[in-house]
Amino acid sequence: MTAEEAPAREDEQAGGPGAGRGRLGPPPWLALFFLLPALLFLGVYVVYPILFSVYRSLWDAAGAEFVGLDNYVRMFTRADTFTALRNNVIWIAVAPAVVTAAGLIFAVLTERIRWATAFRIVVFMPMAISFLASGVIFRIVYEQDPDRGLANAAITTVQDTIAPTGAYPGAGPRDGAPLEEAPGGGYRLADPVAPGDAVALPLVGVSADNLPADAQDAVEPRAGRGEVAGTVWMDFTRGGGGREGAVDPGETGLPALRVEAVRDGDAVAATATGADGTFALTGLEDGRYTLRLSGSNFSDPYNGVTWLGPTLITPAIIAAYLWVWAGFAMVLIAAGLSAIPRESLEAARVDGATEWQVFRRVTVPLLSPVLMVVFVTLMIYVLKIFDLVFVIAPGSVRADANVLALEMWQVSFGASDQGLGSALAVFLLILVVPAMVFQIRRFRREER
Amino acid sequence: MSAHAEPAASAQEGAAPPGPGGEGAPHRSPAARLVARAGSGLVQVLLILIALFWMVPTLGLLFSSLRSSADNAASGWWTVFTEPARITLRNYANLLDNPDFVASFANTVLITVPSTLIIVVVAALAAYAFAWLEFPGRDWLFLGVVGLLVVPIQVALVPISRLYGGTPLYGSIPAVVLFHVGFGLPFGIFLLRNFFASIPRDLLEAARMDGGTEPTVFRRVILPLGGPAIASLGIFQFLWVWNDLLVALVFAAETSRPMTVALQSEMRQFGANIDVIASGAFLSMIVPLLVFFAFQRYFVQGVMAGAVK
Repeated sequence: MTAEEAPAREDEQAGGPGAGRGRLGPPPWLALFFLLPALLFLGVYVVYPILFSVYRSLWDAAGAEFVGLDNYVRMFTRADTFTALRNNVIWIAVAPAVVTAAGLIFAVLTERIRWATAFRIVVFMPMAISFLASGVIFRIVYEQDPDRGLANAAITTVQDTIAPTGAYPGAGPRDGAPLEEAPGGGYRLADPVAPGDAVALPLVGVSADNLPADAQDAVEPRAGRGEVAGTVWMDFTRGGGGREGAVDPGETGLPALRVEAVRDGDAVAATATGADGTFALTGLEDGRYTLRLSGSNFSDPYNGVTWLGPTLITPAIIAAYLWVWAGFAMVLIAAGLSAIPRESLEAARVDGATEWQVFRRVTVPLLSPVLMVVFVTLMIYVLKIFDLVFVIAPGSVRADANVLALEMWQVSFGASDQGLGSALAVFLLILVVPAMVFQIRRFRREER
Repeated sequence: MSAHAEPAASAQEGAAPPGPGGEGAPHRSPAARLVARAGSGLVQVLLILIALFWMVPTLGLLFSSLRSSADNAASGWWTVFTEPARITLRNYANLLDNPDFVASFANTVLITVPSTLIIVVVAALAAYAFAWLEFPGRDWLFLGVVGLLVVPIQVALVPISRLYGGTPLYGSIPAVVLFHVGFGLPFGIFLLRNFFASIPRDLLEAARMDGGTEPTVFRRVILPLGGPAIASLGIFQFLWVWNDLLVALVFAAETSRPMTVALQSEMRQFGANIDVIASGAFLSMIVPLLVFFAFQRYFVQGVMAGAVK
């Protein structure tokens, strides 16, 4: 049936018998009654704006002067648009693929799990919350201070386990002390030592507040047979007085400081100082050693990653986007999975395929139409991403995180350049046209 | 994949497993079964970790909203586990005492409820015409609607603000409502039309035979049978509009701004007032979360159908 012919026929034969499919159909004008409100809304809010945006993009900022394609030229020669465009490209290249992959993994992993529904609800839930709320959530996650931001708290915890923060950042020898900076960090005794030696290792630069609670008054170093002994202490007498380089009454030992004996560049013995700052390196063969206060004693605390800085801001926002959208991909792909005929999977397994082969050779190809739909849908959404960037990026790095949709808003309503803003909007529209075509074709195929 | 067929069912029941190790296990050797079971245990542990990973950010917001400003500045929200006594509802009490916040909450409701209702009614009428009435150019017109699904909202911001400019509509709640209706329609028509078209022809013919006029057929046959799809559309649009920031940012005035815009303006001093922002964000999430948990099935349906928007 062609839509153009049908109505004429119906008009003549309305209610008449034997007129084919439209036999009992109402007159076509009745359709208008049903369609009118929708057409009005669509006309005013979607169709007219498309036409007007195209027209408006050819006029200057105030809309007073016709400038032809100037706005488009300007759009592609501004640094701001370039950043926005570059970020959009990153978004398009990364976000849909990552989200689809996560959705696929989650859908497959949960396929045979009893509590899959619970898992899916948890992952799907962020879809119900606004990007604004999600943005707030991730601002808290990404706080720089490891004491407050979860991401950095986790990272610094791991980092501290692998390479603990030094107990005495900022500490060092006084001028004229027998210590010098060691290659690779830390300090070493300028003169070599041999078993039987006792050395005094004075340090300064530790504030009284940062001294460990268990620190006791320092004790003069005294070496036993076959060992190198010494004292590492805070060479500073409270209230003044005291001699430099000597253990005076009231000066405190530095506990838990790592001391190493180095021979030919390798640490052959190591120990830690006690509460009074004394240590003893035992089991050393005769010979000469370099005594080193290892660099790990003095390393600065690790402060975590600057998520919201200019370099990481876009990946950080994409991670938040993944958190929101993975559930969407998962639910669609799970539906696709459950529609795959069991027999094809069984047949492959009977033929001796491993689970991985089944997944790659059977599941994924059969699933590809669904994967494609998810991927294209995400691309459309990603092109229009606005809120997350707007909310997560702090004002200072918003320019670095910029995307086209955000730029369009800023240009049109911040800088009041509606000519350029319209050009940006038209550009966005052009970018989604392929998706539009994909959609229409898919729809027509399904209708058949 | 048809837009409305069994998505909800598969999201729910599709989860129902054929049983652990139900991959034709009987023929396997005991060793192979042991490996499979260990693998499944590993998968479960992995999934638990992922689920935790997904919940923790939201919990962070919740706990931040339950701590005083000073506590939030001094330490991470996870310290509530070691110091549960410091939890306070004061932030929420403050928000509910704040007339600006209450007004923005009311605005959100005043924008969301009418938008949703109007979209549902207008889309249902049009969807019926596209599914069951014959008129010239119907198929092309509907393809046009499908095409409009992907139009970015940015295209309409400047033209509509110009259209509103100078009229009392600008900055009013109806201005925001009407915009949402206009932009929600392509999706609404698309979703409902596909569902309506799957209603058995016999039912309509019978009703027409009995002398039912089209409005009667629409009311007596289509609306009751289309219930699930209408529910999906309603819930989806409700969440969509409730969560909107951009449209309100452009078209709402100070007095008509919804919660999202109010919160967004607080964000400028993020850090100084995490407590206010966190509790506000959590309050703004409560309604969507309730809707999500109550009508999850329909929400999934809407999302599946909207996989093209």
